[in-house]
Amino acid sequence: MTKPVLEIKGGSLSFGERRLWSGLDIEVQPHEFIAIIGSNGSGKSTLLKAILGQVPLDAGSVKVLGRSVRNKRGQRGNRRIGYIPQNRAMDAGLPLRGRDLLHLGLDGHEFGLPHLPFSRHTRDHKRRVDAMIEAIGAAAFAHKTVGTLSGGELQRLRVGQAVIGAPRLILADEPLSALDPQQQKTIADLLDRERREHDSAVLFVTHDVNPVLDYVDRVLYLANGRFSIGTPDEVLRSEVLSELYGTPVDVVRNQGRIVVIGTHEHDHHPDEEWS
Amino acid sequence: MNLFDFSDYAELLPLVTNSLIAGALLAVVGGLIGIFVNNRDMSFAVHGISELSFAGAAIALLVGADVVLGSVFGSLVAAGIIGVLGSRARERNSIVAVLMPAGLGLGILALSLYQGRAANKFGLLTGQIVAVDNPQLVWLGAISVAIIVVLLLIWRPLNFASLDPEVAAARGVPTRALSFLFMLLLGLAVAASVQVVGALLVLSLLVTPAAAALRVSASTVWVPLLSVGFALVAVLGGILLAVGAGLPISPYVTTISFLIYGVCRVVERLRARRSTAARAVAA
Repeated sequence: MTKPVLEIKGGSLSFGERRLWSGLDIEVQPHEFIAIIGSNGSGKSTLLKAILGQVPLDAGSVKVLGRSVRNKRGQRGNRRIGYIPQNRAMDAGLPLRGRDLLHLGLDGHEFGLPHLPFSRHTRDHKRRVDAMIEAIGAAAFAHKTVGTLSGGELQRLRVGQAVIGAPRLILADEPLSALDPQQQKTIADLLDRERREHDSAVLFVTHDVNPVLDYVDRVLYLANGRFSIGTPDEVLRSEVLSELYGTPVDVVRNQGRIVVIGTHEHDHHPDEEWS
Repeated sequence: MNLFDFSDYAELLPLVTNSLIAGALLAVVGGLIGIFVNNRDMSFAVHGISELSFAGAAIALLVGADVVLGSVFGSLVAAGIIGVLGSRARERNSIVAVLMPAGLGLGILALSLYQGRAANKFGLLTGQIVAVDNPQLVWLGAISVAIIVVLLLIWRPLNFASLDPEVAAARGVPTRALSFLFMLLLGLAVAASVQVVGALLVLSLLVTPAAAALRVSASTVWVPLLSVGFALVAVLGGILLAVGAGLPISPYVTTISFLIYGVCRVVERLRARRSTAARAVAA
């Protein structure tokens, strides 16, 4: 029995008065691709923050690779975590080029004397960064400073930064939000390939499961202070989601896509009737 | 009185070998640590630390203690306070603004009570050419080498924490410990620089050369090289020019530093114009 990459036991978290989730038990094994789905405000990003150790749980424990994610001083962090933050522009004047972001992902955490510009080590790292730039389709803009990049360009670099270090756990916070369908496929393929070929697991926070539906092993659905875990077929069902939301919710499957209708995000015409 | 006087140069030069060596070491320190001062938005904090370093040195001068030790003490106290209390830029700026006049006031008091040579007093604020005697040079050398070695050993994680703190923390980079260590190194660098350029003008060593380099490059190799290069030109150039005229070195150092920065800004502007022009032609 392999050690789980992530283990949450009895996890509970409230945001002020509002309970986000409680009694959360989940074990994530290597090679798993888990989608964390829910509407805005359901606690998806907060769950990621809790896994990162940025936010302490009200109850329960979170362990990554067997180690608690927080210590006495606060967030612990882990060399083997690849974190893709929610898409946010970076400071315009930051002296950081796209390719530097990838270099940070590779050895930015390492103490010790920097390697000389022409050493074998530096050339090897340059080769790996170049390869990742190709894989994420960033050749046209990797030399530009991060403050000058578009949302989609920066987002792809973020994915590259997280993956290049061969992480055991990839935490992706809506990593496809700024990408067009073609780019979405490239990045989703990349993440899938990464977890298949290496001993890593992917936690994919999103509000739309369709771009990664083919890769998802399990879904963690958060809504209304409650949650449901299981395969997409088990969780993404009208009965299950209606129970979670406490109002009638319809899950429609059409041509390999899943659409969830009836949650507060979608507008209804008053004459519509759903059986 | 000539600003540029090389009449007795051959005789005067040997007198400043200590200053040249000290200056070169401090230029390397300032050029390297200045990159992080800029990236971590610490320029104002550097000034605050230098005022308290001056206060420490002035009090030491008054009581007859070692001036370098006094300035190190003042520096570390300031760096410690700012490091512990001021993690966010806005808070940090207020804390610095509060500490600075307090430190300056104490220093002025100590200087006015000091009965010794006026040159010593003035030198703390503006730097002196022949101020670096052999024991002092050993101290400065040791501090400088220590700072450079530690900085190189923590370079990559400190860089990560400075430019991309959220992802760095997720990776396990000890951002808080590095902040603290950085403040310590900065305190030592300021204390050392006060000896050569004086408390008022430490920024010209610890901020300007790196700021100039960052205008013209974002390369992880070129920025440190340029920054150290600019600092060396400013300090060594300043000492060599000031020696002939017999004036304090700091006006020369600061002017050269400023001119280099100005040239870099022009270069940056020209480059930006050339690339927009190229894009317009290509379109």
